[in-house]
Amino acid sequence: MLDLQIMAEAFPNLLQGVGLTGRLAILILIFGMVIAIPLAYARNAHSAWLHGPASAYIFVIRGVPSLLQVFLVYYGLGQFEFIRSSALWPIFRDPFWCVIIALGLNSAAYTAEIIAGALRLVPKGLNEAARALGLSWFQTQRKIIIPLAARLALPAYENEIILTVKATSLASTITLLDLTGAARLEVSNTFAPYEVFLTAGAIYFCITTTLSWLLRKLEQRLSIENRGVAQKARELRLGAAAHA
Amino acid sequence: MINKHKFTTILVCAAFSSVFAGASQAKDLRIATEGTYAPWSFVDAGGKLTGWDVDIANALCEAMKAKCTIMAQEWDGIIPGLNARKYDLIVASMGVTEKRKQQVAFSKKYKNTASQFVGKKDAPADTSPDALKGKRIGVQRGSIQDAYLTATYPKSEIVRYDKTTDVELDLIAGRVDLLLANKVTSMLGFLKRPEAASFALVGPEYTGGLLGEGNAIALRKDDAKLLEEVNAAIDTLIANGTYDSITRKYFDFKLM
Repeated sequence: MLDLQIMAEAFPNLLQGVGLTGRLAILILIFGMVIAIPLAYARNAHSAWLHGPASAYIFVIRGVPSLLQVFLVYYGLGQFEFIRSSALWPIFRDPFWCVIIALGLNSAAYTAEIIAGALRLVPKGLNEAARALGLSWFQTQRKIIIPLAARLALPAYENEIILTVKATSLASTITLLDLTGAARLEVSNTFAPYEVFLTAGAIYFCITTTLSWLLRKLEQRLSIENRGVAQKARELRLGAAAHA
Repeated sequence: MINKHKFTTILVCAAFSSVFAGASQAKDLRIATEGTYAPWSFVDAGGKLTGWDVDIANALCEAMKAKCTIMAQEWDGIIPGLNARKYDLIVASMGVTEKRKQQVAFSKKYKNTASQFVGKKDAPADTSPDALKGKRIGVQRGSIQDAYLTATYPKSEIVRYDKTTDVELDLIAGRVDLLLANKVTSMLGFLKRPEAASFALVGPEYTGGLLGEGNAIALRKDDAKLLEEVNAAIDTLIANGTYDSITRKYFDFKLM
């Protein structure tokens, strides 16, 4: 039924794709975070000029499948002559950067929602106390609000990390040989989709389980100092799970 | 409530068993083709699956007096899908190669085939492996051209796509320098399009070896009786002129 020899032969070929999967996931998460932080502040702002566009961005990105976003950036932008002749073409020409941009913008929307939620959970009194002590708005955020919000956001962000690792498999649709791309190439050589995709699935599973275990450790470490915050974090995660 | 559940269960079971029954009855055939490979098989403006392969498949069914369902299937899963009994025949201009013969049985040849590079009109005519060193060549993953390039052009960067139409998009966008595909497909599909005005066939035709011994219809290895029927039906279509009249619908030259 299950051809173990095919699986054993496929394994090293599939491992060659793991490096790319990892690089994609890390860069997507960094790019997403850089955009997500200002986006989260805009989302929580009182001004409609900040709140409106930020909410609209999150709303639109969350409503469109990520596969279409990848196709839009890769095939869609490649269609226009003015982009092909622009200075940005070396970036949009490369499927690697197209995936980073498409999935990074996608991850930014989800991450912004997580951070905005965590920022709202930090008690307002802390902000007022810090300002009364003479800290500037920026200092208050950096020294007090962000560290607390980060702990609150971590459990929900853990989810986002796992989802991003899995979303990188979309890179295989635009010629990249990530773990899924390597698996599809292996299938076209062996005609054994069952064994090969099962092996690839097992590798993804090992990656995500290890990541999740590491993040759980980190969470525990951070929560010892402040159990009240950890309790809120669990509530936040429950909320995120219900939303997912 | 319970009755309603029972009824649903029976319906589901009936649907399943009819699917399995369909696979075992010789006269009720399911045929896979690709559907994104004009002019061989493509979806027309009305959303209908059409093309040379689709017409040939329908004519074969008529000759075999079988009731057929033709479906579109992604190329890189088309052979595993056949062996998983999702359909009984592949009529999709599939090249006969040694590697595929290990997986499936092939009918007699129903079409000759040649491959040729497509590139910019002013591209140099030399398409030898040394001349294309460092060039990016686009190809459909799992195609005969993919096998040929992988073995013969180690110094070029081979970029593999799900569909030939995706390679064509990236050739226009300039992400690949050349594409290697079936010559007739490029000539009548891609090169007729206004977007492809600055592109042309480049270099010589390639045939044989890893590029296969022409195209044939693929079946499961244990379907010996069906193979006989298909071979007889191909002979009938060629003898009674159906094969040529279908070909004339699409091309002004003969395919075999």
